[in-house]
Amino acid sequence: MELFHNLVFGFSVALTWQNLWFCFVGCFLGTLIGVLPGIGPLATIAMLLPITFNVPPVAALIMLAGIYYGAQYGGSTTAILVNLPGETSAVVTCIDGYQMARQGRAGPALAIAAIGSFFAGTVCTLIIALFGPPLAEVALKFGAPEYFSLMLMGLVAAAVLAGDNITKALAMVTVGLLLGIVGTDVNSGMARYSFGIPELTDGIGFIVIAVGVFAIGEIVMNLGDPEERLVFTNKVTGLMPTKKDLKDSFWPIVRGTGIGAFLGVLPGTGPAIASFSSYMIEKKLSKTPERFGKGAIEGVAGPESANNADAQCKFIPTLTLGIPASAVMALMLGALTIQGIAPGPQVMTQKPDLFWGLVASMWIGNAMLVILNLPLVGLWVLLLKVPYRMLFPAIMAFSCIGIYSVNNSPFELYLTALFGIIGFFWAKLDMPPAPMLLGFVLGPLMEENLRRALLISRGDPTVFFTRPISLGFMIATVLILVVMILPAVRAKRADITDPSHVS
Amino acid sequence: MKFDWRNNRDFFAGLVYIGTGAAGWYMALDYPFGSALRMGPGYFPIVLSWIMIAFGVAIMMMGIKNNVKFQGHWSIRALIVLPIATAVFGWMMEEAGFIPAMLVLIPLSAASGNEFNWKEILPLTIGLTILCTGMFIYGLGLPYPLIKGLWGY
Repeated sequence: MELFHNLVFGFSVALTWQNLWFCFVGCFLGTLIGVLPGIGPLATIAMLLPITFNVPPVAALIMLAGIYYGAQYGGSTTAILVNLPGETSAVVTCIDGYQMARQGRAGPALAIAAIGSFFAGTVCTLIIALFGPPLAEVALKFGAPEYFSLMLMGLVAAAVLAGDNITKALAMVTVGLLLGIVGTDVNSGMARYSFGIPELTDGIGFIVIAVGVFAIGEIVMNLGDPEERLVFTNKVTGLMPTKKDLKDSFWPIVRGTGIGAFLGVLPGTGPAIASFSSYMIEKKLSKTPERFGKGAIEGVAGPESANNADAQCKFIPTLTLGIPASAVMALMLGALTIQGIAPGPQVMTQKPDLFWGLVASMWIGNAMLVILNLPLVGLWVLLLKVPYRMLFPAIMAFSCIGIYSVNNSPFELYLTALFGIIGFFWAKLDMPPAPMLLGFVLGPLMEENLRRALLISRGDPTVFFTRPISLGFMIATVLILVVMILPAVRAKRADITDPSHVS
Repeated sequence: MKFDWRNNRDFFAGLVYIGTGAAGWYMALDYPFGSALRMGPGYFPIVLSWIMIAFGVAIMMMGIKNNVKFQGHWSIRALIVLPIATAVFGWMMEEAGFIPAMLVLIPLSAASGNEFNWKEILPLTIGLTILCTGMFIYGLGLPYPLIKGLWGY
């Protein structure tokens, strides 16, 4: 009954007024940016990170997590109502969700999306509570070679699964690792890649990179290629799904949750892949596949559960191993570090309130999202009418204040401006920035563990292959690479990641 | 299709990686390399730089093979104006205070788009400045002068 005991403890942390408030703020902001296309959870978390400096770590993480899963949720609302995915993960929801809305069944579509997400959220909360502690226990036994191999596997997996061009994604991981070197070397005290600029001897702040590349770089891209926005507002009448809807959605929700939870633990897979996979499976299993694309409720229930499950299970490797499974998770780890907590398996034993409080808050947050979203649908749709030309100056203002407040130094803003320019060129050259951020966060840890591993083995690099756990990670790394390079798998994967193949 | 390097996306991507790797390698030559047993500060950067160059070459070859062109438009105006707006904000925060910095940042950012209309931007600027002052200076208590030397700290 330790699980029960831990969860009760978690709820006692999450249910304090302060933490409830931050959970609410996180979910609210998350939904807001989920609804608005053109700004994603990554840029928002980077932007708002400085605000959480003055807040205790538990509350800060609860709020940031709320922004993250709230965004997945908000993205689906607009996908259903106006055929506009607020986030990439909601692209699939557009297919059948919007068709349902056109048939006057927007209410049931929204309700099923909410129920599916809530179910997935509940299951994943339990999964984290069940598997987190044993995983952390195993991880505590890891030495430097194991950590190095694990990080290598994480980075390779992230690169392989994230972009559609593996070579470019791996190259971007390397760029991130190199950027991570900038600053003073902990062992020799030598300033590396600092160009003689004193501010750079502390290294580059990851908020600077995240905001520069993901907020400013994005805005520049969006201004170059304006999306067309067709706002077609439906009146939402009658939220309640029928009994048949519920029956039809039950198994898709369960399967979607399973797929999302499984893919969620793997590094690099975004929620988009989870929701596409779920859609494909539902279509294959359905007795009437011709209904898909014409308003099948299963096409909403499955993917919506999958993307929420994926988003939440991403926390498992992040919290138990200290290895971020996605760029957003890298930011979460960054937030922990800023709060003075070293990420890793020891977090669970040293800061149980943080771990269990966060887990419990996710369940509360999911409940809040249901309450927050269904009645407020009208408000969110109204927000869509804010034109981008008014929106992006506001994003700029929040980003700039956020960055300035990190160190109260104008230098950080000059650096952000530079990364904005670099980010634009990366996008133009089709160089995916998300793997870079992972490499950047893991870089210093990787170097340190490589150094230690080689010191233990007296300079013998075979140490990574003679210790069983490390060997396991190395074999997995090679397997991931081999499997993904095989042409058959690549063709299939293109199916999953390319929305045009789905319908 | 004839190979045209001027409009070949991956060829340029490869060049950027090779350039990054080469610069990283050159600069890291100054840092002691050490040995595998005792990695010096130059060890990791130099190894990474070589990996980087190798990826660059591979991507360049890929570009020569697939001939993919650059996609979309080039928003040169935004590319120049937005970074300037960011940098000017930093400088103004230091020299003039929060309110002037906001009053410059918002219209300047807005000017990077193609549709700029004072009738929209003026209320937006004033509204956002008031909102942010309330949120960040009074709400969160960030210690910045509102107008340097005149108002606040």
